[in-house]
Amino acid sequence: MSTGTEQPQQLVDHLFRHEAGKMIAVLTRVFGITNLELVEDTVQETFLKALQVWRYGQLPDNPSAWLMRVARNRTIDLIRRQQKLANLSDELSKQLQSSTENAVDQFFLDTEIADSQLRMIFACCHPSLNPEDQVALTLKTVSGFGVQEIARALLSTESAIQKRLYRAREFIRSETILFEIPVGHELSVRLEVVYTVLYLLFNEGYNSLKADELIRHDLCAEAMRLCKLLTEHRLGAEPSTFALLSLMCFQASRFGSRIGEDNTIILLQKQDRNKWDRELIRLGYYYLNRSSTGDNLSVYHIESAIAAEHCLAPDFGSTNWKALLQLYDCLLERKPTPVVRLNRSIIVAQLHGVHAAIDLILDIPGIKALLEQHYIYPAVLGDLYGRAGNCNEGRRLLHMAWSLTSSLAEKKLLQEKLEALS
Amino acid sequence: MKDFLFIFRGPAYEDLSLTPEESQASMQKWYDWIGELSAKDRYVGGEPLHKAGKMVQGSKPVITDGPFAEGKELLGGYFIIKAESLEEAAQLALGYPDFKINGSVEVREIMKIPMPA
Repeated sequence: MSTGTEQPQQLVDHLFRHEAGKMIAVLTRVFGITNLELVEDTVQETFLKALQVWRYGQLPDNPSAWLMRVARNRTIDLIRRQQKLANLSDELSKQLQSSTENAVDQFFLDTEIADSQLRMIFACCHPSLNPEDQVALTLKTVSGFGVQEIARALLSTESAIQKRLYRAREFIRSETILFEIPVGHELSVRLEVVYTVLYLLFNEGYNSLKADELIRHDLCAEAMRLCKLLTEHRLGAEPSTFALLSLMCFQASRFGSRIGEDNTIILLQKQDRNKWDRELIRLGYYYLNRSSTGDNLSVYHIESAIAAEHCLAPDFGSTNWKALLQLYDCLLERKPTPVVRLNRSIIVAQLHGVHAAIDLILDIPGIKALLEQHYIYPAVLGDLYGRAGNCNEGRRLLHMAWSLTSSLAEKKLLQEKLEALS
Repeated sequence: MKDFLFIFRGPAYEDLSLTPEESQASMQKWYDWIGELSAKDRYVGGEPLHKAGKMVQGSKPVITDGPFAEGKELLGGYFIIKAESLEEAAQLALGYPDFKINGSVEVREIMKIPMPA
């Protein structure tokens, strides 16, 4: 019996979630990816057991090992039951059972757990799944999120998430996709998809101003945890993986300083740089360093170098705009998207003035439609017109941006800019 | 100070289909409560009970499986608590985290048989 003299017990943050991901991955090795439902039920039962037993005061010395053991026993149990149905002699049953136990135990070894988790990440990021299904499935099966938590994190509804998960599982079942780590060229192709999904996850947490702070933080932390998991596996530890992780570290270092009291956005030039997380910046440099091997320069390398450049400047005024412009030129070559062009024009405004920047934005292919569809384009362009002294055009665009966003924080920021122009 | 038994029945966690995060939060509430009781020097210890049980009864005693209580009636475990009085013990039981999901606490004083004078 546990006694009252101990310190209050505390579970490691998100222990269950992380263990859920591990157990799902391991059990999928046992039951096959077409049996995800059975796998998830078994994990659910494991937590139920923990809940029923641990709450009276006795936390096992190693909760994680305890959970794994319960899942393992339950697995053996399920297999034994199926073997019983097969009408075998006692002798063969016994032999089968001991070899089953040996085989199952192999899957529960630490190295195999890491391997299984990687396989699961790769399965969830199967290129034939559409991106939103990849993200939902990853959060559910790799990260151990519940449907409601995914809905909150992705600003969606529970039924929409259920639908996505159903669609993804049906696809996995009908296409019998392999629960394996791809090899050769296939591996690098799949890794690219994994990066996209992880970066999407991260940005969903980093940029969404509508979800509550706690869940946004969770999402960023989860994306970083999965990326770190990749770096720890010999097949995932590519230079680009380290680059992506370093990018996430740099971005996350500013997480707390971007939003002020009462949910107002604090722009980069006004952020209190003392609030930037030094430890995350240090990690950012560390991983960026580790990413600089091989001869493949990925977009993550460049984006991380851009983020690092901002972190290097002690204040906004001493930002090295020239270096940033070079990096953006580099990025534009590999990723000629409107958003990259837009961001590059902001750097150009610092170096060559707002008129040059306005011209660049007006030259973005499809800018007319973009201005009418995405708040960020009229917001940036309107701000530049305001700074150029064209207050009418500035106000018109900021108004447009205002009506395009549903985020209160963004509306507030635009409101302030509008007031400054009148 | 006297010793008391908190006998916990339910809740039927299996019907709640908690997510891993919710399960952990639910568990953490128990540890917070135990921490509170310990800080006041009230918590002596606690243990869960196995689900499986046997009933032995009858004038010619018969052993049967059971009782098969429903989730919310199932006796899941107990605490031993120190308190000044039954009233204080009941007050302490108000900290039980699972009232809202149909759990209950029975509070009983453990009797010490006094030495006759």
